Amino acid sequence: MAQVPNLIPALPEIFLAVAAMALLMLGVFRGDGSTRLVSWLSVAALVVAGGLVLAVGGPREVTLSGLFVMDRFGVFMKLLVLLGSALTLILSMTYVEREQMSRVEYPVLIVLSTTGMLMMVSANDLISLYVGLETQSLAAYVIAAFRRDSARSSEAGLKYFVLGALSSGMLLYGSSLVYGFAGSTGFDRLAAVLAAGSVSTGLLVGLVFVAAGVAFKLSAVPFHMWTPDVYEGSPTSVTAFFAVAPKVAAVALFVRLLIEPFGSLVEQWRQIVWFMSVGSMLLGSFAAIGQSNIKRLMAYSSIGHVGYALVGLAAGSELGVRGVMFYLAIYIFMNIGAFAVILCMRQNGRAVEGIQDLSGLSKSHPMLALAMAIFMFSMAGIPPNAGFFAKLFVFQAAIEAQLYVLAVIGVLSSVVGAYYYLRIVKVMYFDDAVEPLDRAIPAESRVLVAATALFTLLFFFVPAPLLEGAANAASSLFAG
Amino acid sequence: MIVQGLAFYMFAAILVASAVMVISARNPVHSVLFLILSFFNAAGLFILIGAEFVAMILVIVYVGAVAVLFLFVVMMLDIDFRALRSGLLRYLPIGGTVGLILLVELAVVLGAWAVAPEATTGVAAPLPPPEITNTRAIGQLIYTQYVYLFQASGLILFIAMIGAIVLTLREREGVRRQNITRQVSRRREEVVAVRKVPTRGGV
Amino acid sequence: MEVLAIFLPLLGAFIAGFFGRWIGDRGAQIVTCAGLIVSAMISIWLFNDIALGGNPRTVELFTWMDSGALEVSWSLRLDSLTAVMLIVVTVVSSCVHVYSVGYMSHDHSIPRFMAYLSLFTFFMLMLVTADNLLQMFFGWEGVGLASYLLINFWYEKPSANAAAMKAFIVNRVGDFGFALGIMATFAIFGTIQFDAIFGAVPQAANQDMNFLGFQAHALTVTCLLLFMGAMGKSAQLGLHTWLPDAMEGPTPVSALIHAATMVTAGVFMVCRLSPMFEYAPAALAVVTIVGALTAFVAATIGFTQFDIKRVIAYSTMSQLGYMFFAAGVSAYGAAMFHLMTHAFFKALLFLGAGSVIHAMSDEQDMRRMGGIWKMIPFTYAMMWVGSLALAGIPVFAGYYSKDMILEAAYADHSAVGTLAFWLGIAAAFLTAFYSWRLIIMAFHGKPRADEKTMAHVHESPLVMTLPLLVLAIGAVFSGMVAYGWFVGEGRAEFWGRAILVLHENDTVEAAHHVPGWVPLAPLVVALAGIATAYVFYMFRPDLPGALAQRFAGLHRFLYNKWYFDELYDRIFVRPAKALGFGLWQAGDRAVIDGVGPDGVAAATRGMAARAARLQSGYVYHYAFAMVVGVVVLVGWFYLRG
Repeated sequence: MAQVPNLIPALPEIFLAVAAMALLMLGVFRGDGSTRLVSWLSVAALVVAGGLVLAVGGPREVTLSGLFVMDRFGVFMKLLVLLGSALTLILSMTYVEREQMSRVEYPVLIVLSTTGMLMMVSANDLISLYVGLETQSLAAYVIAAFRRDSARSSEAGLKYFVLGALSSGMLLYGSSLVYGFAGSTGFDRLAAVLAAGSVSTGLLVGLVFVAAGVAFKLSAVPFHMWTPDVYEGSPTSVTAFFAVAPKVAAVALFVRLLIEPFGSLVEQWRQIVWFMSVGSMLLGSFAAIGQSNIKRLMAYSSIGHVGYALVGLAAGSELGVRGVMFYLAIYIFMNIGAFAVILCMRQNGRAVEGIQDLSGLSKSHPMLALAMAIFMFSMAGIPPNAGFFAKLFVFQAAIEAQLYVLAVIGVLSSVVGAYYYLRIVKVMYFDDAVEPLDRAIPAESRVLVAATALFTLLFFFVPAPLLEGAANAASSLFAG
Repeated sequence: MIVQGLAFYMFAAILVASAVMVISARNPVHSVLFLILSFFNAAGLFILIGAEFVAMILVIVYVGAVAVLFLFVVMMLDIDFRALRSGLLRYLPIGGTVGLILLVELAVVLGAWAVAPEATTGVAAPLPPPEITNTRAIGQLIYTQYVYLFQASGLILFIAMIGAIVLTLREREGVRRQNITRQVSRRREEVVAVRKVPTRGGV
Repeated sequence: MEVLAIFLPLLGAFIAGFFGRWIGDRGAQIVTCAGLIVSAMISIWLFNDIALGGNPRTVELFTWMDSGALEVSWSLRLDSLTAVMLIVVTVVSSCVHVYSVGYMSHDHSIPRFMAYLSLFTFFMLMLVTADNLLQMFFGWEGVGLASYLLINFWYEKPSANAAAMKAFIVNRVGDFGFALGIMATFAIFGTIQFDAIFGAVPQAANQDMNFLGFQAHALTVTCLLLFMGAMGKSAQLGLHTWLPDAMEGPTPVSALIHAATMVTAGVFMVCRLSPMFEYAPAALAVVTIVGALTAFVAATIGFTQFDIKRVIAYSTMSQLGYMFFAAGVSAYGAAMFHLMTHAFFKALLFLGAGSVIHAMSDEQDMRRMGGIWKMIPFTYAMMWVGSLALAGIPVFAGYYSKDMILEAAYADHSAVGTLAFWLGIAAAFLTAFYSWRLIIMAFHGKPRADEKTMAHVHESPLVMTLPLLVLAIGAVFSGMVAYGWFVGEGRAEFWGRAILVLHENDTVEAAHHVPGWVPLAPLVVALAGIATAYVFYMFRPDLPGALAQRFAGLHRFLYNKWYFDELYDRIFVRPAKALGFGLWQAGDRAVIDGVGPDGVAAATRGMAARAARLQSGYVYHYAFAMVVGVVVLVGWFYLRG
């Protein structure tokens, strides 16, 4: 009979799933008053999972009948995902309490969603890809609508759900086409079949559909439409979560999907990625100019950042993938920092989210304003902030792959993008406050803002560890 | 053989026709009924290829539970589907154009059907020998080769359950609830009083 | 030592910036000034050791990033070019620091100001000691950032705000070119380390590259892209509009950033990359033309302006033009020479102007000055020294450097060189003219300020006049002293390998053998310019007005700075805003709301049922957009076959 598969590589996922159930039990028995406890325990679980990822990571290993893969790329991406989830969870604790949505399911759902993300990163089959994606998304739909008494939040959840279902449909349809034309859903087998040179139109169409389904999760143009609405409608802490961890997981999935099974079709999928990348960069920078709501602005900003990350993927080279991973790592820090500041925006005990509400921040909260300015400069890609290096590497990869037009569009749109980031700086420093923001800032936000700001600012002194990690991880994708 | 072929085309034709009716029927109740019809036909197709278990599941779960639930919901929520559809004509030109393009594109895919030579050899799981029953074959697969997917699907359902509870369960004031602990832990002395009632005295 | 010279300003900035509250105003001033003065002394020692002692070296600090093909270490490149810049930057910066103690004494955030100044100096030092393009870019952006902060120092003023934004954004355009240039360099040479690039240039001289679909000479494209960065930073024609507006910042800032250091970064960069530019003659020609045109155009604008600082700003722009066309005709030594002398006398002029503004209770308009020369004789004398140097009157520093540049341009014997020569001569006339126009309008004639201001006119305190004296010494003697090193007999051993000039391009050598009238011409036109200014503003003050009316069109054209700002506003700013607005309108409004019948109009009717339908309409449209996206992508594959 069949023996028990090697479960070691999947330990982090198994641990997280079990931990989520245990935490749910704990929360249910102790009531909603224990949310903070459960949240901290969830953070602990995520940290332990991170430790497990490090412990089981290593050379490429395929297990669970070829459905699941663990390699250095996976280690790097999973660590980013776990980091993003843990930090956003820490940030949201005080916020959910203040907004009266403090329920134990919140941290549990985040942990479950994170489990799904890890599954996405490790997917080695179109079916396990889909299952991981659904695990992540379903939890995400629920927390988008978490504040169920708010029409906006419910609306966001519903929209996300309906459109997400459509994208899942596309993904499945594409998978079925790929299966029909290549005879397998397993990544290894697909790679072998495609490398043998049998590429039919049907397969390409399938690839387009699959890419569309994943691009929805990435919120790459033209599958981005849900992003501003969902980001705006969801509770801010949830928006912070959406902007960080799922993005990383989806990009990781996309990278693995295109490089591993479809690696020999690089000429074909490069066109798709090119199109999405250009669209995202341009839309992200131009459409953000007219925004007045900071969450909406961050939504467009995240669309733009995905565009830049895709520049590296379009290169299709090891250098490009390294650029993508590096970009994501830095993106996480900048975004968490920025959202930590946004989560602190309250007037008279009420959360506000207009850009104009930031006015006069430099006088009422000088350090917060300084940190936000650093994040904005970094997102605009102005040296010596970390964001500059992130852009540098993806553009460098694009140039090396002779995608000059893409690089030029990228640099141009980052110039345009600088405009709205600077506008925030201007509002904080040079506009007079109508009503200052509340003074009370939770301790965990202070710590996180300071840490991420220092990282963003001082990154250029010691970029080597992150760079090497990314390079190491990227090389593992191309080794096989 | 010919009977099987005829049966296939019958089931398939009715399936497609009823699927079209699902989305084009004016009355939502009719839509659901057509849906049930299409499920039955799909089940028929499954039986043709020897997958009786899946066919039965389809009938029991989809027809018996899901579709009937749909029917209830459609009847309970008095939705004016005609109003929802009023935009149909206005959307038709642009939507129809895009749909048509997509259809043509997919038709070309079918026209250029060229299965990779390696594809045929890579069938995921071999057909079980006839003496092994359907349920057993499926069980062997989902508990061995696909155990990961099976468990992950379970996780998805788990999340769906949490989600449904989180989003819909509300504690209302003034609702009398069953308190099982109290029910179980109460004792005879607390609730039962034995009174002597004099005969013919009335209570 | 080297490390100390460069990091002392950073340390000063750090202390003043973060601990300003504890150490107080005085403490911040002492810390930053002391840091800079020590740094300046080390720089002088370094100059002696490196440039005069012929001892160039590279100090490696640590490996910065090492990833695949891109290997960058963080190190300080110390050769003659760097040594000259070190002296210029630290000496002028020390003077400005000390001067600021007096000038900003009434301000309420002194530590912040001092910290910004020191931070700026650090970035500038980083830029000039860069050993590779990335490090240079780092310093480049750093000075941009610091100058943004400094221009915006009085952020209560909306005009300062707008000026800072403008400076930043215009510079981003240049930086965009610079960044592309770096990438192109990397694409050609596979490295961004200066030594490696310079070594590989001769082999790459005939290489072509594909740029935006065109086949072009690789080095020319790269050099032009890099020059675009230089144009932005050094306010050359086309990307110059930010410089005059940047005068919104405090005057010491103008002296430091917009006269002596940051704006010269572009010139420095071209000289630093001379081994690349030498092999790209077409790029050099562009540099020459742009430089010459800038020199001329800026001078014409300068003589119609009334704001004392703007006059000097346009003068700076014009002098930068001189430096560029000197570099363009391969006279890099002359360009650096003028860069140095200019740094001294222009900083002197700015600080002198600051002293005037200080005396006049923050009045900047020359039409409301006049008749104060007896009240502030020291400042008056200093302005004379600065102007004499600027106009290129013998003995003063500017004479040596400017003459050298014009002679080199003449000696180039090419069409662009000749054009540059004649435009340079014309600009020399205008320079002398507007310099004395400034002196006469500001100091002579009847007082035009109100009595209250006049009663307040006073000489600046010692802490402000002392730096002026130091700079004045530089403005007088630097030309004389350094002539032999920079462009004279000793230039070969002075520059060593820091500058590369191909033998056939050696215009500095040729400049020593030009006809006798050539060196005289600039002097003659300068004297003529001074004389004209006297006639116009001293003896016949009615003439300028009459002329301005007679040639009203021309005057308006010049007064409005050739309408560059308006032009840019039309061509770039408004369309960009319109595009952003349009996309928002078209993307979010028209397509989503408008295509469907459930538009904005429906929502405003306020019917709940309709509103509910509007929501479903949204999802409908989003889904539709997704389907269209897929259809387009699939269609794309079919069309491409």
